[in-house]
Amino acid sequence: MAGYVLRRVLQSLMILIGISFLTFILLYLIPADPARQIAGRSASAQTVENIREQLGLNLPFYEQYLRYLSGLVQGDLGRSYLQKTEVGTLIWSRLPATLLLMLGAIVCELVIGLTMGLIAALKRNTATDTSLMVLSFVGVSSPQFVIGILLLYVFAVQLGWFPIGGYGTFMHMVLPSLTLGFLGAGWYSRMMRSSMIDVLRQDFIRTARAKGLKRWQVLFGHALPNALLPVIAMIGIDIGLFMSGIVVVESVFGWPGIGQLAWQAIQRVDIPIIMGVTLVSACAIVLGNFLADLIAPLIDPRIKLR
Amino acid sequence: MSLSPNDPSTLDETVLSVRDLRTDVATPSGRKTVVKGLSFDLKRGETLCIAGESGSGKSITALSIMGLLPEPMARVSGGEVLFEGQDLTRIGEDAMRRIRGGDIAMIFQEPMTSLNPVLTVGRQLREAIRAHQDVSRSEADARALEMLTSVRLSEPARRLKQYPHELSGGMRQRVMIAMALACNPKILIADEPTTALDVTIQAQILQLIRDLQRDFGTAVIMITHDMGVVAEMADRVIVMNHGHIVERGTVADVFERPSDPYTRGLLDAVPKLGALTGIDTAPKEADSSQPPVLEVEDLVVRFDLHGGLLNRVTSRVHAVEGVSFRLEPGETLGLVGESGCGKSTIGKALMDLVAWEGDIRIAGTPAGIGGAQQQKRLRRDMQMIFQDPYASLDPRMTAGDLVGEPLVIHGLASGSDLKDRVRALFERVGLPADAMARHPHEFSGGQRQRICIARALALSPKVIIADESVSALDVSVQAKVLDLLQELQEDLGLSYLFISHDMAVVEQVSHRIAVMYLGQIVEMGTRRQVFENPQHDYTRRLLKAVPIPDPKRRRNVFDVPTGEIPSPVLPLGQSVDRLRYSDIGDRHLVAVS
Repeated sequence: MAGYVLRRVLQSLMILIGISFLTFILLYLIPADPARQIAGRSASAQTVENIREQLGLNLPFYEQYLRYLSGLVQGDLGRSYLQKTEVGTLIWSRLPATLLLMLGAIVCELVIGLTMGLIAALKRNTATDTSLMVLSFVGVSSPQFVIGILLLYVFAVQLGWFPIGGYGTFMHMVLPSLTLGFLGAGWYSRMMRSSMIDVLRQDFIRTARAKGLKRWQVLFGHALPNALLPVIAMIGIDIGLFMSGIVVVESVFGWPGIGQLAWQAIQRVDIPIIMGVTLVSACAIVLGNFLADLIAPLIDPRIKLR
Repeated sequence: MSLSPNDPSTLDETVLSVRDLRTDVATPSGRKTVVKGLSFDLKRGETLCIAGESGSGKSITALSIMGLLPEPMARVSGGEVLFEGQDLTRIGEDAMRRIRGGDIAMIFQEPMTSLNPVLTVGRQLREAIRAHQDVSRSEADARALEMLTSVRLSEPARRLKQYPHELSGGMRQRVMIAMALACNPKILIADEPTTALDVTIQAQILQLIRDLQRDFGTAVIMITHDMGVVAEMADRVIVMNHGHIVERGTVADVFERPSDPYTRGLLDAVPKLGALTGIDTAPKEADSSQPPVLEVEDLVVRFDLHGGLLNRVTSRVHAVEGVSFRLEPGETLGLVGESGCGKSTIGKALMDLVAWEGDIRIAGTPAGIGGAQQQKRLRRDMQMIFQDPYASLDPRMTAGDLVGEPLVIHGLASGSDLKDRVRALFERVGLPADAMARHPHEFSGGQRQRICIARALALSPKVIIADESVSALDVSVQAKVLDLLQELQEDLGLSYLFISHDMAVVEQVSHRIAVMYLGQIVEMGTRRQVFENPQHDYTRRLLKAVPIPDPKRRRNVFDVPTGEIPSPVLPLGQSVDRLRYSDIGDRHLVAVS
């Protein structure tokens, strides 16, 4: 077990270094010039050149990357070009809001998705099943900004039940969480449905019925724990999906998290922030998968970590 | 019949009465009646066997009685199931639930999948008890422990905390039986309870059911396709065919004086262990100047298991450890043993489907040496027929393409020549030529196995490895396929390596026998040497455990030791002790310990 954790941590570090390298290349290759961006349109060529030198952007690629990497191992994510603040501090101050939003989204997608999937499986091949699956298909295929704007329009603008944007109370959390969780809810409901239908066909369900158990005992005691196994493995992967979603959702709802930070940084070619947010997201995804793998044997006794 | 029908202690008391039961199943071509007016009575404490081949409706009958049909695909469409004055087909799900597991319990064929994998054995037992008895958790636990002890499971207290995957198939079936009997049911329905188990484990489980039946006074309905099990267990027998009862009577009547032609055919087709006692069947005299078609010297197959920080090899499965044998032209060598003994791995190693060490010579030419082309040529001489004719044919290819494919791969025929040769192969295995254009799903199991045989014959091999090739077939079909294999051997001089767990079948087809245990051969000799004069303990145990389809030879006690077969997995660095053999005369080799 200890060996397994150690091996996974080492693997994760390799993955993160790989990601930092790839992101660095991509950002190096973008045609926009950060020095020009900082100096402003009217600045002279000499000023721009000075800024470039100051930031080390005139150095060859590998030297720039090594500089960044040596900072990184010391826990230094660099300084923002425009905000003149440490990237680490910026991200740290924004992280709680993002984590809160993600938590809300996980609750939304699990509650909505699993319930929908369970009902659809039990009402298989009925009108209820069909309409739930159409709804989940909408969830899977609609872009998040469309859902976000739609929810805002109906529940905030027209009905006035929730605030239009911002951060602070539970009411502020509802619409962004729903928007971010809607995609996942679509996936989970489809997965839960097929998983449940599959489990209900298994021999051990017949055994449970042959014992004379009540219907709810068979469903919740025997079928559900087995049907949940593939869903739990999904949650880890899901954190990655969230990371792509938060940039959109936080912008739509004016949610002060790292997604918004990233969006602003992208517009202004603030490379250290983009790098920092990318690495934090990568960490989250790696950690999410790792946790899902650690939890798996607690739920399924057949899985052993080696 | 009963002298005092009101006295519950009377042995003739009827506990279950099935009257004109009809069950429908939805098929792609509309609803089909699969149980067509079944009637029988079950008496207190007796064992009634319902025998029949696949599709006879015997399992559906059991599920109909229990109200466990997969509705709405299948449903009872008529008749009644009378139990204690109520018709179980009409009392409704809630009342039925109280009877299920309480008064009527059931055990199923597949012990590997019939227990919930994520719940402990204890929890599943406790639940069965508390579904019908108003007891506390700790009382239920005590009862669960008591039941596990009474089904003779080793270390019962520890088993309660274990999960099903930690137990072997035989142990799981014991748990299933404990669960079924936990509430003292009046009736136990056992649907093929030992079909998925090894023969020594089967004997243990059958013995257990007999003992528990005697102790608890339970009436048993045993559903089986195995006439050996019927002869060992039944008081009375019902033979079913296509949803009808074709024969009923006491076990002696059915076996000795079968009245129905179907029953007679079925009993004739069953291979009987000991049927060839005293009869010599030597292979057709071969040219002694020819080398053996197959020589295996010191074959070793090991599978690595990984673990630890760097995922290094920590232990190995010693699947095959130093196996040597030879196969002469026109000869059949039967390779027998229980699951996990390495017999199938030998077949795979010979076909180069797993990595192996040792020395294999095919018709004098060493395998594993030379380039890919040379190896491919060598494989022409050896072909394999697998166990499951449903899974081993590509469903999207036509039968003709499947049979012709080896000829195409080896570049031996094309165009009209290919077609002619495939047609000849179809004729050879007794399939009509128009079958060539059809797809596998249009054939029955026996026909599919004929396609597999035709495919194996396409390259005119010298050796055919038949790995459990008739095990998945019904006995009447099995008999025909075995006849075909023997006919092909006589006509073409083929040699067979016949791998099987079924001792009676092996006896019927083999000239020589090798008995395997834990990756090594423990005894090898001619059929008569091994079956009539078994020397090794394990061989004797195997032979004793086989149920004999003859009620006159029924054993009152199966003389089998309890317990499990040890594991072939050893930590790295530890090696298996190689057996040494002594020749007790006329090349009858027995392992000495």
